Amino acid sequence: MSVQPAERAYVTEVVEGLPAGAVTERDSFRDQWAVTVRKDALAEVMEALRNRWGFRYLIDVTAVDFHPRNPRFQVVYHLWCHTRSALLRVKTWVEGDPPSVPSMTALWATANWHERECFDLFGILFDGHPDLRRILLPESWEGHPLRKDYPTEGPDWDVD
Amino acid sequence: MSELTERLILNVGPQHPSTHGVLRVVVELEGEVIVRCTPDIGYLHRGIEKLMESKTYHQCLPLTDRIDYLAGSANNLGFVLAVEKLLGIEVPPRARYLRVIVAEMTRISSHLFWLATHAHDLGAMTPLFYTFREREQLMDLFEAVAGGRLFPCYFRIGGVARDVPDGWTAAVREFCRTFPEKMKDYETLLTKNPIWIKRTKGVGVLTVDEVLDYGLSGPVARGSGIAWDVRRADPYCGYDEFDFLVPTGENGDTYDRYLVRLEEMRQSARIIEQALDRLPSGDIIVDDPTIAYPPKTDVFTKIESLIQHFLLVEEGIRPPKGEIFHHTEAPKGELGFYIVSDGSSHPFRVKVRTPSFVNLQVLSKMAEGRLLADLIALIGTIDIVLADVDR
Repeated sequence: MSVQPAERAYVTEVVEGLPAGAVTERDSFRDQWAVTVRKDALAEVMEALRNRWGFRYLIDVTAVDFHPRNPRFQVVYHLWCHTRSALLRVKTWVEGDPPSVPSMTALWATANWHERECFDLFGILFDGHPDLRRILLPESWEGHPLRKDYPTEGPDWDVD
Repeated sequence: MSELTERLILNVGPQHPSTHGVLRVVVELEGEVIVRCTPDIGYLHRGIEKLMESKTYHQCLPLTDRIDYLAGSANNLGFVLAVEKLLGIEVPPRARYLRVIVAEMTRISSHLFWLATHAHDLGAMTPLFYTFREREQLMDLFEAVAGGRLFPCYFRIGGVARDVPDGWTAAVREFCRTFPEKMKDYETLLTKNPIWIKRTKGVGVLTVDEVLDYGLSGPVARGSGIAWDVRRADPYCGYDEFDFLVPTGENGDTYDRYLVRLEEMRQSARIIEQALDRLPSGDIIVDDPTIAYPPKTDVFTKIESLIQHFLLVEEGIRPPKGEIFHHTEAPKGELGFYIVSDGSSHPFRVKVRTPSFVNLQVLSKMAEGRLLADLIALIGTIDIVLADVDR
């Protein structure tokens, strides 16, 4: 359960080694490191993490809606380095209507479905995605259910 | 394209016995060869992540059973460990060992179901009768300890629901003792069966690079020779104290993944035996009134326990503000829970990273250029459950 010292040291080294201009926040909670990256530097940071620091495995891509805060969405990536057994969370703030971030499909093929799901449930666009369409909900669905202003009961729910 | 090789678009599913649930695959065929294969998912989307945002952490727990309904306890484990990490608590040793025992029994049960359906899809009907004989024993054991069979919901935040009944550990030990012998029944039917070998060897080969690019995990990754097992790489529940092998394949084909899963069942039985040998006595849940429910008998007889119960039902637990990602090795691969807490009694956001969703993505890659009949073998070899894909 606990993180080994060598792995913790490696993640700390990575977090400190990322270009200072790109990272806006470094945060450690319960032995897990998270870095917040400026959106325009995201592609560059992710490429460095994958190719230079050995984070070859993209576990997950998701988003969090902080409505009514502005910027509203945070896109979250979880990366794993097989050789160093290290976990790193990369986050970026997204604003605009519709919000958009660069797609990671060129770096990891697995990002394809993760980003489609994120688009489906949050309405976030991924620039450069080869096939950005809904994945879980039907094509004709209106709205994005995981947004905080989307009612849990659904838009047409009637008490009667 | 000549008239003779006109493309045929075939719709497989969503109601089809060999798609393991409501998976729809749109297949473009030239003759019997698959040119393009597009999985269409979402028929079983229940919005579990959205539902969790309006529930207390305790109320979220029964929802997790339903994510991968063939391995209910494995999902419970992932969720309770994530919440415990968020809270920063350690569970008592007895609860930890009981969790390992039940989680590994779940792995065996899930793999048995996989073997039954996978073999059945490929025309071998008999293994189903043998594997369900053992699976039924496991279901009875889940029922004895937890009350539920498919959805045991035995784990609680901070420990387990109740201690094991008399004779339960002996029954589990007996199961583990006889299980390797019974596995020979399956192997006799399949491992050297020429039809089985023809249907699986060289089918759906995945290279190491493909596994890494597609983020595959679990037996699908291990079949290609990547010894990636969360229990070993990032141990939880004290898995580093147990002696077990992480089996890997060489060719990355359907046959190797079959062998990997068979070996995993044997290793799980070994882990259970070790856990039973070392099972300590003591508490089964943390002694913290802000986290754990009091015993039901106390609720009926003591006013302070009644108040504690009432507060936990009404207000739930309040973890500190923060976010956590915790991954576990579920039977189908890496199961991750990402929880964002704003300090209130409801999770602000829960993301469930399910293995089936990620692993299914590689289906198109594996199927293109193969025969239509291989598609059935490929769906089986990824070992998906559509509830796990769609959430």
